[in-house]
Formats: sequence, structure tokens, C-alpha cells
Amino acid sequence: MKAMLAIIVCVLTLGMTGCGIQPWVKPYERQNLADPIMNPNRDGVSASYIHHVHETRESSRGAGSVSGGGCGCN
Amino acid sequence: MTRLFVARTFILLALGAAQLPAANAGVLPEERTDLLYHRYSGDEVTVSGPSLLVRKQTSTNTSVFFNYYIDNISSASIDVRTSGASRYIEERTEQTLGVDYLHGKTTMGFAYTDSAENDYEATSYHFNLSQDFFGDLTTLSMGYSKGSDTIRQTGNPTYLQFADKQSYRLGLSQIITRNFTMGVGYETITDEGSLRNPYRVYSYCNPESTCAARGFAAEIYPNTRTSNALSVRGSYFLPYRAALHGEYKVFNDSWDISATTMSLGYTQPISDFIIDLRYRLYSQTKAEFYNDLFNRVDEFNFLGRDKELSTFDSVSFGTTISYEIAKSGWWIFEKGSLNLSWDHIEFTYKDFRDVPAGRLLGSAPGTEPLFAFGADVIQLFVSLWY
Repeated sequence: MKAMLAIIVCVLTLGMTGCGIQPWVKPYERQNLADPIMNPNRDGVSASYIHHVHETRESSRGAGSVSGGGCGCN
Repeated sequence: MTRLFVARTFILLALGAAQLPAANAGVLPEERTDLLYHRYSGDEVTVSGPSLLVRKQTSTNTSVFFNYYIDNISSASIDVRTSGASRYIEERTEQTLGVDYLHGKTTMGFAYTDSAENDYEATSYHFNLSQDFFGDLTTLSMGYSKGSDTIRQTGNPTYLQFADKQSYRLGLSQIITRNFTMGVGYETITDEGSLRNPYRVYSYCNPESTCAARGFAAEIYPNTRTSNALSVRGSYFLPYRAALHGEYKVFNDSWDISATTMSLGYTQPISDFIIDLRYRLYSQTKAEFYNDLFNRVDEFNFLGRDKELSTFDSVSFGTTISYEIAKSGWWIFEKGSLNLSWDHIEFTYKDFRDVPAGRLLGSAPGTEPLFAFGADVIQLFVSLWY
């Protein structure tokens, strides 16, 4: 886990400083990324519910793919 | 008489209000209403009910939402059967109210959740902040939640306990190519207070010398717990308009539990339908104070026999079929969808024994069959955009 944290810190540092790298995917090239099928949790009320089903029967918790985005429900 | 055999559900759910898909920081969530019926069935437990989510934009930079959720619980789970108690029925209601505010490339969100049942109340506050940068290729998000629970015990009017929970989240989403996105998330959760279930018991040899029978006594848990979880996920757009999704998560906590989760998904549109297929593997080690059968009563300072703290694996697979309706709009709605979802989960426990089955077989304590069960989860929901 420490190694993965180090990777996150490096990516964050790289992203915030830019390091001279320019954005390599232009806005007009993002139509595939904007397709709703690219979001596995596109139906939030359903994704949140199934996340809840798993998390309440396991000890593991947090950092799920449906966390951290803002609004919420179950 | 109700029992709190599913208490952990509610503690976790109180913090679940922070759980919705991470949105792009520079865009407010879609205006939509979802009405969902959910049903979980497994281990002689049925949990069902509705969930209504309404989200509406109140100005160009503000969006509000409200969620109303009900669990109707009918349970004769392994814990109930082991204790010899009869099936119980209870209801839990949860309400969440929240607001998101967009300013430039920054989105701020606040939500309040209230959960209530006859012997458990939980309130929680959630704050999230997201920022787009680097040409909108990168989204950094962070969040904080705080929850407070009040725990009572049916049949024991003097029992009153409290528990507090705090969550700290950090996430990063990154566009890698025009077809590939990745994200990482990290979350630390701390608990303090009464973390045990007042209805659950541990098991010990009675008498210690011969272990002729299982004795039972109230569990004793530590009053604090801290956990860390780290996840990596990605989605890839395939050339023929389909998508692959993957996620890997590692977890550990101060109770010595370690867990890994791996999930894969595939999304395929076909005409007016969208088909989702998913597969998930989960594995965890036990808590340091967990034991299926202790040598004697009060053998250690902390003693637990909650199967969620044992060593076990689970595998699940499922599908969702969505059908697009009102594509040209209808009344005040821009479009809609009808959705049916089914998941099956198989739990296999490595050191939690099926005591009721052992009684039928005449097994000696500690030699009963290991416990396992399957569960089905069904969701039926309609979504409307406006």
C-alpha cells in the first residue's frame, strides 16, 4: 500500500506542476470518454445500493468506485 | 422484539451518503429522478424496499438532491438461528438532503443524512470538493464525513451507547488516452465508541476441560478502529462502442483485517438496450480478536464471533438490462429508461462454523461444517431526465 501511495503522490505532483507537459487529449477528442457507457456507475442510485450490499457484509470499506464524487444516497 | 444483527449495516450506511459516482468537477450532475425497488435475499434474510432520488438544478451553478430510502428487514440469519431466537421484522428509513455548487472548475458538495429505526439512529454530514485542471484531463477530489450513532437495545431500556465515525477521502481521475481513463482513490475511516453489536455473542468451550458444549456470552470489542483503503480503476472504450471496466482495491485496518477486491465489468449497447455484465472477487483475513470457538469464557480482553470479521471469500456476478424510453421526450421529460438488475453472491467462510447444522448432525463444538451461503440481489428501477 505504501508503494501505491507513493505513486499517487507522484502523479499528483506531476499533475499539479504540469512539468512542461501539455494536455495530450484535446476536448474535441473526448467524445468516446463522454459516452455514458464509460461510467460503470452511471445510475447512481443503483450503484450506491449494490456498493452498500457488498460493504455491509464485508469488513472492507472505503475508497470504492462510487465514492468521493459529491452527492449521495443509498 | 427487534435485534441489531444487521447493525453494522446502518453504521456504514450512515456514511454511505458520500457514495455516488465521481462527477467531473466542472459539470453539475444531471437533472434526473430515479425510483428503485431493491430486494436482497440470502441466509434466510430478506431486505427490500424503495429508494427515490430526485435531483434538480436550482440555478446555473447550484444543484440540490433528495433521497428517501427504506429497508424492510425480515431476518432469521445464522446469528438468529444460532441463538435460538425467532425471526424478527423491522424497518429502517433513511433520508439524505444535499447540495452541489459549481464555481469555475471547482465543485463543492454538502450532504446531510439521517437514518432511523427502533433501536438505532444515525446522522452524518458529508463534504466533498473536486477540481478540474491540466486542460480538464485531471480531476482531483477530496472529502470528509462525520457520523454520530445512538445505539439502543430492545428489551433493555437502560442500554444506551454511542459511536462516532469520521472519513477522509482523496481521489484522482486522469484521462490517459481518447479511449482510456484511470482513477485512484484513498480513504481513511476512524471509529470511536461502542462498535459491537449488543445482540451478538461469542462462543466458548463449556466446560473448558472437555468442551462438551458451546457456551455463549456478549461480545467485547475494542472501542476504536482505523481503516485504510486504496483503489485503482480504469475504463476503456472499445472500437465497436462498448466499454470495459476494472477495479482493484486493497484494505487493512487496526483490527488486523486485510482484504482485496477485484472487479471487472463490460457494457454493451444493443439498439435501445444497454447490457451490463459484471464479476467481482473479494477476500479478507480475520480480525485479531475473532474466533469461532474460544477455549473459555473471557479468555482475552476482546472477543468476537461476527462472521463479517472472519476469514472468508465471496464471488459475485450480475447483469443489468436497461431499455431507453421516451427518446423524443415526453411531457416534461427529455428521456427515460427502464432497468432490471440481478446479482448473485456466494460467500464461503474459512473459520466460521454453521452451529445450527452442527446441532442437526450431532457435531462436537468446533467440528461443525463451515458456513457458506448464496444471496440474490434484484433491483428494478425507472430513471427520468428533465
